Amino acid sequence: MTPTRKRRLMLVGLILLAVGTATALTVLALQQNMTYLYTPSEIIAGKVPAGARFRIGGMVKEHSVERGQSLTVGFVVTDGDGDMRVEYEGILPDLFREKQSVIATGEMHDGHFVATEVLAKHDENYVPRDVAEAMQKAHRKHSVPETADQQAQ
Amino acid sequence: MNTLTLWFHKFGSPPVFHRIAVRLAPWLFGFAVICGLAALYGGLVVAPADYQQSDAYRIIFIHVPCAWMSLFAYFFMAANAFIALVWRIKISEILAMASAPVGAVFTAITLITGSIWGKPMWGTWWTWDARLTSELVLLFLYLGVIGLYNAIEDRRQAARAAAFLALVGIVNVPIVHFSVNWWNTLHQGSTVRLLGPSRIDESMLWPLLLMALATHVWFFASVLVRARVSLVELEGGKEWAREIALGKGEPA
Repeated sequence: MTPTRKRRLMLVGLILLAVGTATALTVLALQQNMTYLYTPSEIIAGKVPAGARFRIGGMVKEHSVERGQSLTVGFVVTDGDGDMRVEYEGILPDLFREKQSVIATGEMHDGHFVATEVLAKHDENYVPRDVAEAMQKAHRKHSVPETADQQAQ
Repeated sequence: MNTLTLWFHKFGSPPVFHRIAVRLAPWLFGFAVICGLAALYGGLVVAPADYQQSDAYRIIFIHVPCAWMSLFAYFFMAANAFIALVWRIKISEILAMASAPVGAVFTAITLITGSIWGKPMWGTWWTWDARLTSELVLLFLYLGVIGLYNAIEDRRQAARAAAFLALVGIVNVPIVHFSVNWWNTLHQGSTVRLLGPSRIDESMLWPLLLMALATHVWFFASVLVRARVSLVELEGGKEWAREIALGKGEPA
């Protein structure tokens, strides 16, 4: 390799190293500060500043969905440790159902969460319908405790 | 010089590259179209409906291969940019610049199809979560490279400046890929994994992988054609380019 090319290689390498380090540090810092959502137990523990608009994330608790007049709906979001009641008025996404992960945006109001937007989080599993049904049947037959994957349904 | 270096020098010579591109491109395009059509048939007709999303999940047969391509194309562009910056190889400059628009289109398709899927499934067209935002930044990086390349009059200087931007932007590629693991995002984690079992049934996986093959081959075909054209433009005054233009057949 000629000296010019060696110099260029060093220079480009150094720039890449510097940019890479800067990005890694930014990512590390963001990992601590950038919170897309809070879980119910974090809200109960008082980690959310009062009066702030934020997102709450968790699983819709089974048998907790109550539909009121027109588009009003109430449900409980849980992360296993804590529960939080969520009130919402509007159209829910297709994937919204009990035991499904949701992310709601809104603020706290009299001890419950008033949402202005409810999003359903999808998991990374793709299973044909008949396979899923057969699996559920087999699990019931052998009384296998439900796995985390199935709870995500 | 060993065989590999020799091959690189040969492939790097404009007339040889031009000849290979002319011969190879139609075959690659044909292969990609046949593969893509078969994958579409497999994905839209043969593959069973999902247990939860029913038929709406079928957008992954477009969305996921395009998302992979958006990262792959960037990597290809940055690797060529690196070679172009250090060794000043003309073909690498041209290849890097030729892959930018193709990668940008794949990124745009990823964002658009994801948005169309997101509205009924998540309940929103767009949200500023880490995966979506970093993919949007990727699109802006592509557009920045294209813009910078076209803003400078001298083609080779333009290529060098844009290659530098492309190379620095490579830091965004791991961020896009790992964003779903590093942060709490609305976007789900990876379904298809190189290490460990994939979280998708085999009857749905094969059309996805076939489509990924089709998009990769399409990418290379498209880049070859674009690179060939800009090579002829750049070398317009040279003997071999004039011979092609005058239709004197392929140069030796």
